[in-house]
Amino acid sequence: MTTVSMTVNGKPVSAEAEGRTLLVEFLRDGLHLTGTHVGCDTSQCGACVVHVNGEAVKACTMFAQEAEGAEVTTIEGMANADGSLNVIQQAFQDHHGLQCGFCTPGMVMSAAALLKENPKPSEAEIRDYLEGNICRCTGYHNIVKAILAASGQDVGAIAAE
Amino acid sequence: MYAFDFEKPSTVADAVAALKAEEAQPLGGGQTLIPTLKQRLAMPSKLVSLTGIDEMKGVCVADDGAVCIGGATPHAVVAREAAKSYPALASLAANIGDPAVRNRGTIGGSLANNDPSACYPAAALGSGATIVTNAREIAADDYFQGMFATALDEGEIITEVRFPVPEKAAYMKFEQPASRFALTAVFVAKYADGVRVAVTGASEEGVFRWTEAEEALSSNFSPDAVAGLSVPADGMIGDLHGTPAYRAHLVGVMTKRAVAAAG
Repeated sequence: MTTVSMTVNGKPVSAEAEGRTLLVEFLRDGLHLTGTHVGCDTSQCGACVVHVNGEAVKACTMFAQEAEGAEVTTIEGMANADGSLNVIQQAFQDHHGLQCGFCTPGMVMSAAALLKENPKPSEAEIRDYLEGNICRCTGYHNIVKAILAASGQDVGAIAAE
Repeated sequence: MYAFDFEKPSTVADAVAALKAEEAQPLGGGQTLIPTLKQRLAMPSKLVSLTGIDEMKGVCVADDGAVCIGGATPHAVVAREAAKSYPALASLAANIGDPAVRNRGTIGGSLANNDPSACYPAAALGSGATIVTNAREIAADDYFQGMFATALDEGEIITEVRFPVPEKAAYMKFEQPASRFALTAVFVAKYADGVRVAVTGASEEGVFRWTEAEEALSSNFSPDAVAGLSVPADGMIGDLHGTPAYRAHLVGVMTKRAVAAAG
C-alpha cells in the first residue's frame, strides 16, 4: 500500500492505495465520494467520468497512483458555492435530462468538459461528444436538450425523434 | 486484477531501469491495458507508468518538416496540436474512441500494442513513419510484425514517432459502432516519390500495405484508379460484425473514399 495524495474538489486529500487501486475506487471507497458511479467497469459507459487536471477521464480506467498530485473534480464538486445546482445540473433538472439518474454524474462531467472547450456546441457536436457516455434509459434526447440549454442556446429547434 | 507494484518515473532513463525487473510492463494511457488487466489476461509484476515523463510528451515539427510526436502524447493533444502540421493525422487522432479515452490513450501505447483494428498503426505505416525508441529508430515497414506483434524488445519504450508529412493524405474509418475501432479503415498518403496505402481492421496479420493500390495511385491519384482492384478475402478477419469477404470489399471502398477525401 502507498499513500496517494491529490486535490479533490479543491481539498487536499490522502488515502492508502495499492498499485491496482483504480481512481474510481480511491474516490468511492477511500474518500467516500460515491457520486462517481461504476456502470460497466470496462471504460465504455462513462458513468465514472471525472476531471483530472481539467480533462474528462474515465475513473475506472486510470489507477489512483497515476493521479498522484493531480487536481481532480467529481460530481460532488460541481454545485455552486452556496450548494445550489450549477447551470448544467439545473438544466438537467429543467429539461428532465435524467430518468434513473445512474449515468447522470458522468453526463454532467462530460457536458462540463465539452462546454469548457466548446461553449456553444451544436446538437451534432453534443451528440458526438457524448459517444462515450451511455444512458440505458435511452434519455439522450433530453440530455442533449439540457446541455444545449446550459450553453445558453435555444432548445426549441430540437424536434422530437 | 492481480496485484502488481506501480512506478511512475519522470525520465526515460528511470523508466528503462524500472522495466528491467522481471515481468515488468510499461503502462501508457492504459485504455487497453487496464481493461486487459481487469480480465486477468495479463499478470505483470510491476507497471511502469510512462505518463509522468515530460520528455516523451508533445507535438513538434522537425527541421526536415517531419511531425514528431512524443510517445506519451495523448490522442486529444495530437488532435489539437497536429491539426495544422498534419491534418489527416490529427483527424485520425480525433476519432479514436471517445473524448475521455482520447485524454488518456497515447500514440506510443497504441503502436506498442498494435491492435489489428487500431487507427494509429495505419497512420504510421501509411506515412512511412519512424518509430523512435530508447534504443534505436525503427522504420514503420519493419516495425509491424503481425497481430499484436512488433519489433519492440522487452522493456523497449517508444519515445517518439516521426511522420514525414505528405502532399495529400486522408484516413477513412468504417467504424465498429460499439467499440469505435476500425471494422476496416484505410490511410492513404501521397508523397513526392509515391503513394502509400495502409489498411487496418481487416487482416488477421494486422495492419498491412496494399501495394497494388499504391502502384495504381502513384500513376493516377484518383478513386477510379483503384476501381478494378480488390484484395482477396483469404486471411481477412471474420467475426460477427463482418465476414472476411465483407472486410475485403471494404478495403476497396475505404481506399476510394480516402483518395477522394485527400483530394
